[in-house]
Amino acid sequence: MDGVKIIEIKKSVFAENEKDADELRKELKDKGVYLLNLMSSPGSGKTTTLIRTINLLKDRIRIAVMEADIDSDVDAIKIKEATGIQSIQLHTGGMCHLDAEMTRQGLDGLDLEDIDLVVLENVGNLVCPAEFDTGSVRNAMILSVPEGDDKPLKYPLMFSVCDVVVVNKIDVLPFFDFDIEKCREYIHMRNPKARVIPVCAKTGEGVDAFAEWILEEVSEWKTQ
Amino acid sequence: MHELGIVFYIIRDVKQAAGENNVDHVSAVVMNIGEVSTVIPEYLADCWRWAADKEPLLEGCELKVNIIPAVTHCDDCGKDYETVKYGKTCPFCSSGNTFLLRGNEVEIKEIEVSNN
Repeated sequence: MDGVKIIEIKKSVFAENEKDADELRKELKDKGVYLLNLMSSPGSGKTTTLIRTINLLKDRIRIAVMEADIDSDVDAIKIKEATGIQSIQLHTGGMCHLDAEMTRQGLDGLDLEDIDLVVLENVGNLVCPAEFDTGSVRNAMILSVPEGDDKPLKYPLMFSVCDVVVVNKIDVLPFFDFDIEKCREYIHMRNPKARVIPVCAKTGEGVDAFAEWILEEVSEWKTQ
Repeated sequence: MHELGIVFYIIRDVKQAAGENNVDHVSAVVMNIGEVSTVIPEYLADCWRWAADKEPLLEGCELKVNIIPAVTHCDDCGKDYETVKYGKTCPFCSSGNTFLLRGNEVEIKEIEVSNN
């Protein structure tokens, strides 16, 4: 009978991705480019929030956007038309998330000369993108009021990896049982350091606070 | 469906290990999957069969899964408890000052190679 030889590996499957992500972050640091990974559910108003934010920032810093979706290029076109900045569409080919290697391929498709900030709009999904380090400097997510204030309880990992949670669609708060203080409490259970910024992307209310946070982050990344 | 992405990572790591050990066929890959890792073993097995059979190195290779039970430790009373049953709140002292000890592993434990 054939014998079986066992080769021990004992290695997390995420280890290689984490190594790739660290390398990517280091290269971006050398180039002075800040990468922000933006995550959310589908329909939370990610693209609308992004357009508002970019229009507040585009005269102060130079921005490019990578839109990741399973298919279509509607978001990349929308961003380009509404802001005039460089945008690129990434197709994940059915995958539910981006990893560091896919992010690198996307960055290779952008002209990073003179760019201060790249925003990666990740695939709309609260589960899988949280598992994979993209190489971004920070993670931000958008939670919209109609989704409910209990989302941090249901998707703990997503909220624990995010540095900023933007609560969007606050104009419809009177019509939903969404308790913003409770939501803040749930977010802080997952991540005590997370910053919570309530906004309405449609009217622009609060978006300046998100834009200010980005500006501080980018200038810190470039100088330290 | 991030199981598919994970399968691609497993294949990449197994190929590397096989290369380092001069192995030309792997008969089984043994995984440690934590109970709260968010990986669903049945989906992982389906994705594995589809992707592994495309690689000569892994044709017919079996994916064996060990489930690692999730255990949480309470920093206030010092006791350990079952994560899936009680979540973040300690059943002994009701503290929320707890952290996961184990149960979120997604790791390749070992590979099996036939000696011909």
